Amino acid sequence: MIRWLLPLFLLALPALAEESIVSGLSQNRVSITADFDGSEILIYGAVKREAPVPKGSPLQVIITVEGPSTPVIVRRKDRVVGIWVNNAEVRVDSAPSFYAVATTGPLSDILSDTDNLRHRITIERAIRAVGITGEADQADAFVQAMLRVRSNEDRYRVLEGAVQLTDDTLFRTDVVLPSNLTEGEYTVRLFLLRDGRVVATQERAIRVRKEGLERFIFTMAHEQPLLYGLLSLVLAGIAGWAASAAFRLIR
Amino acid sequence: MQLYLPIAEVSVDAFLILGLGGIVGFLSGMFGVGGGFLITPLLFFIGVPPAVAVATGANQVVASSVSGVLAQMKRKAVDFRMGTVLLAGGVIGSAVGIWVFQLMTKAGQIDLFVQLSYVVFLGLIGAMMLQESLRSLLRSRNVNAPIRRSHVHSWVHGLPLKMKFRASGLYISVIPPLIVGALVGFLAAIMGVGGGFIMVPAMIYLLGMPTKVVVGTSLFQIIFVTAFTTVMHAVTNQSLDMLLALLLILGGVIGAQIGARVGVRLKAEQLRILLSLLVLAVSLRIAFDLLVTPNELYTVTAGLLP
Repeated sequence: MIRWLLPLFLLALPALAEESIVSGLSQNRVSITADFDGSEILIYGAVKREAPVPKGSPLQVIITVEGPSTPVIVRRKDRVVGIWVNNAEVRVDSAPSFYAVATTGPLSDILSDTDNLRHRITIERAIRAVGITGEADQADAFVQAMLRVRSNEDRYRVLEGAVQLTDDTLFRTDVVLPSNLTEGEYTVRLFLLRDGRVVATQERAIRVRKEGLERFIFTMAHEQPLLYGLLSLVLAGIAGWAASAAFRLIR
Repeated sequence: MQLYLPIAEVSVDAFLILGLGGIVGFLSGMFGVGGGFLITPLLFFIGVPPAVAVATGANQVVASSVSGVLAQMKRKAVDFRMGTVLLAGGVIGSAVGIWVFQLMTKAGQIDLFVQLSYVVFLGLIGAMMLQESLRSLLRSRNVNAPIRRSHVHSWVHGLPLKMKFRASGLYISVIPPLIVGALVGFLAAIMGVGGGFIMVPAMIYLLGMPTKVVVGTSLFQIIFVTAFTTVMHAVTNQSLDMLLALLLILGGVIGAQIGARVGVRLKAEQLRILLSLLVLAVSLRIAFDLLVTPNELYTVTAGLLP
């Protein structure tokens, strides 16, 4: 009896078990050195299957890259007595410093609202803004403004159609990390979707870290601020003295 | 050549920064001012966060003042006693300034506060300097005009705690120099400037110091006030960018020496008119930003991780 039932159970299991992701990154660490001017990361992978390709709507892939989140203050300027000043503000609990969404097609077509909510896939969902409505009269306008400002800074990006999928199996995309990068752990999430529903996910990490001189200066400024300030002064003093001495020699 | 600044966390063109330092250094060498009032707004324009621009600007002023004061010491044009009194006031003013700077940063009004300080003080000083130098230019053409006496006795001379300042040939109360020093120290902390453009006229007109010791003495005390400001910003706000400062200084000290040579060829009145026009132009440019409707009404500030 059990021998008969087992294949039935397997068939009844959700699609999750049928397809899974095998993936790789061109680099899993990014070093911010003095000449750092952005970086391009290749994210690639394949769909692993035990069974033939399921019938129905075609397979879709969404890849997100998310930078470390911080609380954010959004301020609005208003004209007060003739000049523009920061007047109203809204605090967003947590917003990623970088967020890119790359997909195989338009997000509205390939992703259902419920799965977007569950997996926090689009930028609007990745922002945690609980209980901000009470803070200003139009809190939503502030969140929209933040998305706009950060999109203009290349921090937030929607790349619809940027994932190439070959034979429903192989996929790849390039994500450009801008030069104004924040240090920390970046999360890469990969989603396989069918009929707007997520059928498989995988998570990987990229470490972004200042290195060399940048690391040295940054660490010193934060851990030995007094020594750092004094050292800057000594350098300034030496430079000033050296310049006047050098030009006296020329004269 | 792109260079990533570790504290400002932006990538900038290294040659652009060197060039900026050079141009500002050239002007400061020509006019005998630190140049902080130019460098800080210029850094805003190229996208350096205001807090970093102010702290780093102060550091740059240290370098150009050291370079300038060494030249003045050779000419024995530094009143060390007066400098020390001004400095005592300056340190107090600077400490208060740093405190206000932090308060304003928390309230989200630091940009406005810094910009307003620039508009008000640069506008006032620029207008005063322009008026004064135009008047002396006219006077030099009109021989019959009455000559202004250098030692005019006013209420300043009635104050207690008198002290002898030999190099300046003065016997006055220490209170006015203390107040002048404190005001300049306060501005240095908030605007990232040395305050030479306020100090120099205050020394001549309020304290009645002879012109030959004014520039050297002002530079002498500016070194210490801006040094104090730099360290305070580094400790309280961690906003000093050493890499940015080094580039600015390198460009600045070279520019300053060239500027000093060009300055010798111009007449004192012409120099003062040019400087006042420059100061007014910077003031108007910043006022313009405050009055014109900005493209983006919203600003986004990332907080620290809790």
